[in-house]
Amino acid sequence: MKNIFLAAYLAVKEVIRNRGRFLLVALVIALITLLVLFIAALGEGLANGNRQYVANLDAQLIVFLEKSDYSISASRLETNIIKAVRRVDGVADAGPIYTSNTEIVSLPEPLKISMLGAEAGRPGMPVIVEGRDFRGGEAREAVMDRNVALRSDIKIGDTIEIRSTQGTNDKFFELVIVGMVEGQSYFFQPTIFVPPATWEKIRPQSEAELNSDTPFPNIIAVKLTDPTQADSMSTRLVDEVANIESANLETTINNIPGYSAQQGTVQTQGVFTLLIGILVIGGFFQIQILQKVPQIGVLKAIGSSNGVVGLSAVIQIIVVTALGVGIGGGMTYLFSLGFPPTIPLVFNGTRSLIAVALLLLIGPLGGMVSIIYAVRIEPLKALRLG
Amino acid sequence: MSSVALEVRDLVKSFSLDGTTINAVDGVSFQVRSGEFVALVGPSGSGKTTMLSILAALLTPTDGQVLIDGQDLAQMNEKKRVKLRREKIGFTFQSNNLIPYLTARENVEFMLRLNNKLNRAGRVRSDELLARLGLADRLHNLPAQMSGGQQQRVAIARALIHNPAVVLADEPTASLDTARAFQVVETFAHLIHENGRAGIMVTHDLRMCQFVDRVLQMQDGKLVRVYESKQEIRELAQGVLKH
Repeated sequence: MKNIFLAAYLAVKEVIRNRGRFLLVALVIALITLLVLFIAALGEGLANGNRQYVANLDAQLIVFLEKSDYSISASRLETNIIKAVRRVDGVADAGPIYTSNTEIVSLPEPLKISMLGAEAGRPGMPVIVEGRDFRGGEAREAVMDRNVALRSDIKIGDTIEIRSTQGTNDKFFELVIVGMVEGQSYFFQPTIFVPPATWEKIRPQSEAELNSDTPFPNIIAVKLTDPTQADSMSTRLVDEVANIESANLETTINNIPGYSAQQGTVQTQGVFTLLIGILVIGGFFQIQILQKVPQIGVLKAIGSSNGVVGLSAVIQIIVVTALGVGIGGGMTYLFSLGFPPTIPLVFNGTRSLIAVALLLLIGPLGGMVSIIYAVRIEPLKALRLG
Repeated sequence: MSSVALEVRDLVKSFSLDGTTINAVDGVSFQVRSGEFVALVGPSGSGKTTMLSILAALLTPTDGQVLIDGQDLAQMNEKKRVKLRREKIGFTFQSNNLIPYLTARENVEFMLRLNNKLNRAGRVRSDELLARLGLADRLHNLPAQMSGGQQQRVAIARALIHNPAVVLADEPTASLDTARAFQVVETFAHLIHENGRAGIMVTHDLRMCQFVDRVLQMQDGKLVRVYESKQEIRELAQGVLKH
């Protein structure tokens, strides 16, 4: 215990008396922290933009067309499959989901959106947080994700105009916004939900598709009576319903085009930033220890143990790293206040905490070599007595 | 009669260089009593720095004994040597003496901290010692804010504050001008005598010998001559005697 107090005394005194130098290092750590936290937030934001709708589904399994490799865009199911899925024992409910992209043109700047078709009250249709659900049939009504409202001035009760290319012509359709849902981004775009029949009418489609009035769902969201039986129910569905394959939400998310690659890229960036941080901090503390060799020699010659010298270096590194991470965290928070909602930055508690924990580790990891070096300094050589 | 604080018996320190064994210290024996200030002189390569390193428990002897306050250095492991350095030895070096980020007072008090003896009485004693060394107005100065002589005086205070049995000084005047060098060594000698410590100073500058009680002259690792009479020491210091 005495050693810890002595080491802390030396470490803190040195930091305070050389605060300019240590503040500079803390600022470097703060910038690394800013970068790492932003990368973590960007990773979360991009992931959310891609998976949010699927991740928030009130369902445990997703049914795809057989051999579609769990790809939502590649899957197109026959309408009778919905009923077949609902009949399977253990399925509480099932709702079709229809996906497409379009843009709202009744704004000063057109806004690209995902337009999803879903049945009100069925799995696939999110919970309404404001307003009401759309009516069925071909009602020209839509429910919008709050992200749409955040990026435009659209309110419940407003009429929006969307543009869809059907065949070789651009067609314009009006929809009345009747409700709002929350956190439903899909494929990096904010989302509006419409009834399936409306979706079929107004979605972008090729010349060949124009002759059909039947909407074919991409996937079916399946809610189970017993959510813990997802694996066995997945097998049962495939056994009992023809021409389908089934996956849980995690598999579905991982197979969203580009999701895994994108997350892998962001995570690699984060890891490399941490590695650079380790090298920068390690380099600084190593240079500092080299400059302090005679001083450490004196400390040892007058009776300081290796423990005190080593602990002092460790405490100093921890203090400077913690200061840098604290400043960096504060800077990140301040910067985040100024970012528009179009930039996908989401400060998720878990991701940020993991990033902060890793950042707090880079100091001691980077300084490891210098700590070992400090402990191994021989006073005789340091003082040039030998 | 004062007690023996330091005793060296048939001390040998050998180094191996290109297959040849060199005795840097070769069968040296002497004693230093409490309250006695001794100079260790000799040309470069005579073995005096090696001797000082052994006395400071920084180097292990090849053969022989070094007893500090009755404890044999040769029998100690590294942990015990660190403890001995902390408790029984005071040390001043040629340069880089002080911890640069501690003030004069903190540098002196650090020895008390190391020995778990920093209390109100220790703080008072530390301030008094610095005041006696003419540093009363420099207590809160960092080493970089003090002259070389002032730094050496702080180092002397640090070497004495914890009442060590032996105080060692390695060329304490090497980086000082003549006037300051005399002042520092005179103060050092005075405090050694007053506090009843055994002091050993390694020096090249024979003029500094005028303040010591005995001069041990080394050459080729051996103790070749001991100057004990005041007359001899004065003549050596004045350059009358050829050493």
